[in-house]
This record gives sequence, C-alpha cells and structure tokens, in this order.
Amino acid sequence: MVLNMGPQHPSTHGVLRLELELDGETIVACRPDIGYLHTGIEKEFEVKTYQQAVTLTDRIDYLAPLSNNLCYCLAVERLLELQAPPMAEWTRVMLTELTRINSHLVWLGTHAIDIGAMSVFLYCFREREEILRIFEMYSGQRMMTSYFRVGGLALEPPRGWRERVGRFIDAFPGRVDEYEDLLTNNRIWIERTRGVGKLPLEDMLDLGVTGPMLRAAGLAWDTRKTQPYSGYEQFDFEVPVRTEGDVYARYLVRIEEMRQSARIVRQAIDGMPGGRWTADAPHVVLPDREKMKTQMEALIYHFKIVTEGFKVPAGEVYQVIESPRGELGYYVVSDGGTRPFRVHVRGPSFGNLQAVPTMIRGTLIADVIAAMGSMDFVLGDTDR
Amino acid sequence: MLPENLKEHAAAAALDAFDPTAITAGAFHHGELALEVDASRIAAVCAFLKSAQGFTRLSTVTAVDRYPAEVRFEVVYHLHSVDRNLRLRLKCRLSGDRPEIDSVTHVWRAAEWYEREAFDLFGIRFRNHPDLRRIMLPEDWEGHPLRKDYAITGTRL
Repeated sequence: MVLNMGPQHPSTHGVLRLELELDGETIVACRPDIGYLHTGIEKEFEVKTYQQAVTLTDRIDYLAPLSNNLCYCLAVERLLELQAPPMAEWTRVMLTELTRINSHLVWLGTHAIDIGAMSVFLYCFREREEILRIFEMYSGQRMMTSYFRVGGLALEPPRGWRERVGRFIDAFPGRVDEYEDLLTNNRIWIERTRGVGKLPLEDMLDLGVTGPMLRAAGLAWDTRKTQPYSGYEQFDFEVPVRTEGDVYARYLVRIEEMRQSARIVRQAIDGMPGGRWTADAPHVVLPDREKMKTQMEALIYHFKIVTEGFKVPAGEVYQVIESPRGELGYYVVSDGGTRPFRVHVRGPSFGNLQAVPTMIRGTLIADVIAAMGSMDFVLGDTDR
Repeated sequence: MLPENLKEHAAAAALDAFDPTAITAGAFHHGELALEVDASRIAAVCAFLKSAQGFTRLSTVTAVDRYPAEVRFEVVYHLHSVDRNLRLRLKCRLSGDRPEIDSVTHVWRAAEWYEREAFDLFGIRFRNHPDLRRIMLPEDWEGHPLRKDYAITGTRL
C-alpha cells in the first residue's frame, strides 16, 4: 500500500510530503517530496544590496533567524576583511545561544506533542515567549529579527537588557529540570524513543546529516569548537555527546545543549565588553543620525550606502556555523559590486532530511513520527 | 597544474600526486583552499579525496552562472574532513551549451539531493545520477531560475 503522509500532516511541521510504501505497518520504502516552501530566496539575494539581503536570511530558517543573520554577516565581513567590534561579537554570541534555546524549545514541545505528551509543549512555549520578548526588546521584532548587520548590530542594545536576559537565564536551568521531570524518566517517553530511529554514524556522515543527530551517535563535532567564529573560543562550554544514536539520545543531547547555551549566555552577560556596537567602517556602516545631520562626509556616506550600497571586493567565501540544527553554511560569491553575485545556503535541514528514507526503512509507521521529530527540520530551511 | 604556492597544502599536493593533470588552477583566499578541477575527472578526484584523504563529508554541491561569460557554469563542491578538521572547495567549469558532468552520488550519497537541486535550478545534467529530476520546482516548470538569463520580474509572453 502507498500512503501519502503530508503535505499537511501535523507532524511534518510545515509542508513536507512523504510517500510511504507499506507492508502492513512496516515501511518498505519512502520517497520524500520537498519544495512546497521554495520561494527562490537564493535568486532574491542577487537583486538586493548586501545589507538589504540580511532580511532574507531570517526567512530561511524561521526558528533560528539570528543564526542565519550571523552566518551571512560573517561571510560578507570576511569578504570585506572587516571585523565586528568585541561588543557586537559578544552580543551576537549571546543572542544566537538564546536562539538555540528558542529553537530547541520549539523542537521539544512539538516533538513531545507528536508522541503524545501534551503538557511539555505548554512548558516550553512559556520560556520561548520570554525569549521572543527579549528579541523584540533588542530588534523590535519577535521572529524576523534582522538584528545582526554587516559590520555589527542594527541598533544599540536596549536599556535594561542585562537584567532582563539575566533574570531569564538564571531561572532557565530550573525550567529545564521541569521538562526533564516530565520526560527523562517517563516510561511512555522512553518506550517510544529508545532504540528508535537509529542510523549508523558512517551512514549519517555519508548522507549529509549534521548537528545534534551526529553528536547523539558519538561524534563530538561542533563547529563552535572546531572552527570557532564570532569569539566562541573565549567561552567555556561543553559539547554533549551520547553514543546510542537513537531518538532518546538526541533528546538528551538537545536538553544538555540548552543547559550549555544557558552557561554561554551567563558568561556573555558577565563579560560583555563595552564600546561601539558597529565597526569603524564608514563606507559600510550607516553613520549615526546626529553625525549625518552635522557632518558633510557622514551625509555623503549615508547617501551612498542607502542608494547603491557598499562594494564588496571580488571573491568567494564559505562560512560555516553551528546552527541549532547542525551545519549551516553560506557560500557568498562577490563580483566586486554592491549586490551579491551568488549566495548559496547550505541549510542543515536539507542535509538531515535526505537521511529519512534510509533511517525509517523497515521500521513501523508509528515510529516514523518519533524519528522525524528527532531530526528537528524546518521546511523553510530545506526549501529556501 | 597545481600553483607553486599551494604545494604546502597536504590535500592539494596529494591530489596533484594522484593525478597531475586533474588540477587546472587553485587559490587560497580568506583561509579557504579552492582547487579548480578538470570536469571530466571529478568523479575520480572525489573518490580519491574521500578514500585516501579523509574527506568523509560532502557539505554541499552548488553552481554559479557566469553568464554571459563563456565558459559559463561553475559547479562547486564543498568537502569536509571531520578528522582533519579541514575544508576544501572544488570547482569545475562547464560550457553553457549542454552543461553536463559526472555525478558524485556513488562517492557520497549526500550528493543526490544537491545535484538534483543544481539540475533543477541551473539545468546542469549529472551523468549516472540515480534519480535526476526536479526537486524544488514542479515537474512541468519551464526554465532554470538561478541562471542569470532568467528574469526575476516581468511576465513571460
């Protein structure tokens, strides 16, 4: 029997269609059909100026907009040979770690609902709401933040951020304990997840799987450690690793990642350097309003940046960061003009989804939901 | 020919020793090593880099359209070795008239969807691909949107 799962199936969290070939309740073959959310973002990049294009990156992975902002900005900054000032770098780290917590919370809540644990969702979204409010406080937007810009941050960090973020992050480990109380030793949860969705590590590497899925299968590879960016080498945190490689191990890895992210955020609050939030690069960064109104040079720069954008030297860069879902890569090609010549986004969800047919072959249809939930894909990130 | 200044990069030197004619150019910019490879050798080069040089991961495959320049297309491969913590970019140039290149799906299964994406959005054909059809766009879509001569606005007449 052939069964269509999706494109409107609730457990696909977006629009994904799986063509499942069944023998009774066992999966014989699976053909994923993606592209329902394809919006041509990579094409759109080519008609935006470098700074305008930041807004497109939010919309790729809408659960981790700041990770995408960061990866794109780092790529363009490397082409420009421009370094964001320490204050901007630390704020970037702090907010991308909050993004990781935010993304993992959505994952945990929806994954638990899929398997039948309703209340976890309500707990997770309680904390997520506060993170979104923090994002709103910083950027004026809850989800499509576009807060990181080439050369630094879009705005000065808001008044009172230290107390607000601090209050949240101090309470957060206790909140993670609450999620764990609901799930970690829950017999139904364990029965539904342990030993499910296994895939050998070699297969995962070969199929392009990255992120927590690999770490749950014993590979301690985290780009924040192996190729540090944005000053991650100055932070003290651990990379959680499990060896079982099943859905339960992925759950434990992500739970621990949330705790580690909270540690990083705490360090960022305590050690936040002072100074400017944008680089000293008048040809790239918009001048202050005050300067623009009083200084001729600043006015000229303002006019040039707004009307035509800044030129980026010809070249190409492949910037990789660790997004909540795995390896996020931006391949940016410049021809020396004011608009990107080509931007390719290597979304982690695209790579992870490719492993679905191999992973679920021979398993029961009820386990498909658990296995897919543990992958934590975002269809916007897959289809772009 | 491997440029003189890239000989210190072990992976590049090893590839040069494996097949001295495969590398046609190379550069090291922004801390990234990029090698241009003869398009007809890509499958053998990738198999060698995976088996003998530890590039167990294919991060992504994509393309760049240099229209109206000819040779028009570049197929770009980003390789990654987790053990050596090393990344490598390979590039192959293809002409605009019937762009075709060997698939690397038998080296890394990850290539399957990436090559389908490049086929869908650029119209580059990958020989020996097990399932080469559109992945993002509907089957009956006309044209390949990421080509530079594909207009972003306007109505098709």
